[in-house]
Amino acid sequence: MKCLSRKVTCNSHGQDSSYFLGWQEYEKNPYDEVRNPNGIIQMGLAENQLSFDLIELWLSKNPDAAGFKRNGESIFRELALFQDYHGLPAFKKALVEFMAELRGYKVSFEPKKLVLTAGSTSANETLMFCLAEPGEAFLLPTPYYPGFDRDLKWRTGVEIIPIQCSSSNGFQITQSALDEAYKQAQKSNLRVKGVLITNPSNPLGTTISGEELNLLIDFVSAKEIHLISDEIYSGTVFDSPGFISVLEALKERNLEEESDVWNRVHIVYSLSKDLGLPGFRVGALYSNDEVVVAAATKMSSFGLVSSQTQYLLSVMLSDKNFTSNYIAENQRKLRERHDMLVSGLREVGIGCLKSSAGLFCWVDMRHLLSSNTFEEEMKLWKKILYEVGLNISPGSSCHCTEPGWFRVCFANMAEETLNLSLQRVKAFVESTTMNSSNRDVGARQSTRNSRRRSLTKWVLRLSSHDRESER
Amino acid sequence: MIMTRFWQNSENDEDPKSPSSGGGGTGMRIIVPLQGVVQGSGGLVLGSVIPCALFYCLQLYLRRNRSVSPPPSSSPSTSPSSPSSAPPSRSPSSGQLVEASELQRSPSNLFSRLSTGQGYISSRANLLTKSADAPYYAGPKKVTEDPYDALNNPDGVIQLGLGENRLSLDLVRDWLAEHVKDSIMGAEGGGDLSIHGIATYQTFDGLMELKVAVAGFMSQVMEGSVTFNPLQIVLTSGAAPALEILSFCLADAGNAFLVPSPYYPGFDRYIKSRTGVELIPVPCRSTDNFSFSITALDRAFNQAKKRGLKVRGVLISNPSNPVGNLMSWETLYSLLDFAREKNIHIISDEIFAGSTHGDQEFVSIARVLDSVGFDRSRIHIVYGLSKDLSLPGFRVGVIYSCNDSVLAAAKKLSRFSSISAPTQRLLVSMLSDTRFIQDYIETNRKRIRTMYLAFVEGLKQLGIECMQSSGGFYCWVNMSELIRSYSEKGELELWYKLLNIAKINVTPGSSCHCIEPGWFRCCFTTLTEKDIPVVMERIRKVSETCKKS
Repeated sequence: MKCLSRKVTCNSHGQDSSYFLGWQEYEKNPYDEVRNPNGIIQMGLAENQLSFDLIELWLSKNPDAAGFKRNGESIFRELALFQDYHGLPAFKKALVEFMAELRGYKVSFEPKKLVLTAGSTSANETLMFCLAEPGEAFLLPTPYYPGFDRDLKWRTGVEIIPIQCSSSNGFQITQSALDEAYKQAQKSNLRVKGVLITNPSNPLGTTISGEELNLLIDFVSAKEIHLISDEIYSGTVFDSPGFISVLEALKERNLEEESDVWNRVHIVYSLSKDLGLPGFRVGALYSNDEVVVAAATKMSSFGLVSSQTQYLLSVMLSDKNFTSNYIAENQRKLRERHDMLVSGLREVGIGCLKSSAGLFCWVDMRHLLSSNTFEEEMKLWKKILYEVGLNISPGSSCHCTEPGWFRVCFANMAEETLNLSLQRVKAFVESTTMNSSNRDVGARQSTRNSRRRSLTKWVLRLSSHDRESER
Repeated sequence: MIMTRFWQNSENDEDPKSPSSGGGGTGMRIIVPLQGVVQGSGGLVLGSVIPCALFYCLQLYLRRNRSVSPPPSSSPSTSPSSPSSAPPSRSPSSGQLVEASELQRSPSNLFSRLSTGQGYISSRANLLTKSADAPYYAGPKKVTEDPYDALNNPDGVIQLGLGENRLSLDLVRDWLAEHVKDSIMGAEGGGDLSIHGIATYQTFDGLMELKVAVAGFMSQVMEGSVTFNPLQIVLTSGAAPALEILSFCLADAGNAFLVPSPYYPGFDRYIKSRTGVELIPVPCRSTDNFSFSITALDRAFNQAKKRGLKVRGVLISNPSNPVGNLMSWETLYSLLDFAREKNIHIISDEIFAGSTHGDQEFVSIARVLDSVGFDRSRIHIVYGLSKDLSLPGFRVGVIYSCNDSVLAAAKKLSRFSSISAPTQRLLVSMLSDTRFIQDYIETNRKRIRTMYLAFVEGLKQLGIECMQSSGGFYCWVNMSELIRSYSEKGELELWYKLLNIAKINVTPGSSCHCIEPGWFRCCFTTLTEKDIPVVMERIRKVSETCKKS
């Protein structure tokens, strides 16, 4: 029809990546234990469904929280009219305390520096709008969450330049990779406004080490750019090495308060992963720069959190018994699931990157590729999707530089389903091994035959003595 | 190129008087290169310190002149970029946080920014943070600091500047008291408390059940004159993102929408700040009851074209905010014709459709579309539950469109503005209770009408006239006889007096881009009947001092 905007008609929403195509296939044929046992099992969704029972228990014991009541009295009127973009004070207070608790109280947060948004999707986009002009760039270490291509770039016009990380050092960020990325941006005439890291990492599941954090802090200091730390998985750390928040790293180096870099470090958080409540759409951004906070607060008009939800969660998160128990239980369950997946894969010769956090594993299937290319990775991915019936996320969709890595989620399904998926993987690997050994035999034979044929021709061409020498 | 953007921002302000403080950062790009020019041992210091000091002093001087000490000499309120979001802060401390923006930054910070030469925050963010002192914001802030309460603070500031309806909250509260437990959880598994259904990721553009319920509610609110198709709905967390998303879909940065003025101040922020889309006011006059004419639209369209601005659509509100008039069938028909002829879109903000209180019937643009053969793909309706259901805190906005491409894009964009799932579930229950909704709509209308009539009568006794209004929460009040000079300056002087002496916060017409000075928007649905005489008495005192002088 009539002219629509370029944003609508172009493709930069990134929804055509395999990450999302896999989801679409899953939607068409979703696994159900009873109704569709041969369907596709969703292992591409980083959702935490392991600890719902704890939340349900709390809700059943605290009906007032969902019932618009405080101390038995109705506060409905107050909540119905509350649309202040500064957020419900009680909720912000409870949320920053929860964030501090997740960090072992090594750092503390101030409610006035927190801006609430409708999910971390909105927080990330808001930070881009606040910090960068269209056409400017942020550096992101690869592999990174496929959604960033959409969330950070689409409406904002901001570019992403990858900081290439490799498996040789466990995908850690190095000085040379940072410098290379910065150079790349300059070559493309893109002004770099900052670095965005996800810590703990999605899709790796690893926590960023102290050395890497220091490297990053030095880098952004020297270049006078921003550092955004997306810490939405901070509550999913179940093992050592533990999680070091970027604020903690700054504190260690006495770079608080008046230092320049202090004002250029911003944190993104959300309750979607830690509390497993993505449907509630609760995200936040935290910044020490009051101008950023002021601008982001106004922008949050475009994605305010329902007052009902804010109130409910303020009561829940203020219940310290609940939060400490939840954090511990949640971590225990995540570790169990993680170990289950890792050992199950190990049994069939598939390794995972050693990880201590997150809702997924970064799985090494390089040895299953017939050649070290992304085309082969896609072929393998499609096979796993359609033949094996598992939707996992291929590394290429996460901009990984090496083919053969896949992100496999373990926290969004029942234990039986995870077992079933491991059985399917086992069957697949076994059949692949058998096929490939058959293929090898066949390949050797056909090579021999063709060599004989060519030799025969050659021999015929030159002499008749060496005819049967290769047998 | 950066300089161009800097000056473009000033132009977009449509306010030659207020210098665009496009951020200290941008200005510094002029100064810092000077450092390189001055060579030599002392020269570097002089070359950097002197220009920086001069610039800093200039900034301070300009800001002091722009601040809202009475009366403002420049007109930040008419700056279309004046940041505009609904809510006054509820707590004084957070209210002051808003002010902790550029005006109060410490010199050391400013200087460190001067020396980095890096833009600290983007120009888009800058547009939002400046003008926190525009009347549309300064007023509500005063209310928060000293809110009126009949019992506890009878001398406090009365809020008439915020479009809230408190008249019928008791009805919703009572419904909730009976139904809330069942409505949030227990959607699956026969009443068991199950969070699975609301905790997990949902479709970003809203639950289908809620779309069905909202389509039904919209139809009920419009008295069954239109049926809405749930498949053509995208739900968002409030009407603000709905407006922004539509703007992203229908126009590119640098394009424009025509908007009959006076118009809702929030349009400026919601539509312009991040999309880069311009709003071109098409002034309406009191002699026409502030209704727009196609002639005026046509003229504005052509003028824009001459300036090289591509107009992509017309944005209307119906019932109108701030005037409160309803569009007639004929007006809507000619608007559709105009849009067809110019090949542009129409966005119709019908958020007050259920809050009509006069005798005139509300006609939705959808209804006109239904009965004539216009191309439906250029019409888009914005709606929400903040006004008609008195639930602004729940954040529910609606995009209704017949254009599949727009719907597809809006669905994807709604991921940045999704409604919280427990709230969605709750509303599914509430809106599906059609009998409750019917009672609510009727009772609410009656209460709005009663309050409207009382308010208008009270003003009449003071000799103050209002424009005839049939819908919405506002009286569009003519106080032009009370202003000293028939100008925006005079209007803002009166606004200041009303705020600080009479202690009532109203919205001056200039914030709404009204070209006739002296009109004020007063919301009467935040009041109780007992408050009206209090308000009138306070206005009377001020109006007498104005008449004397």
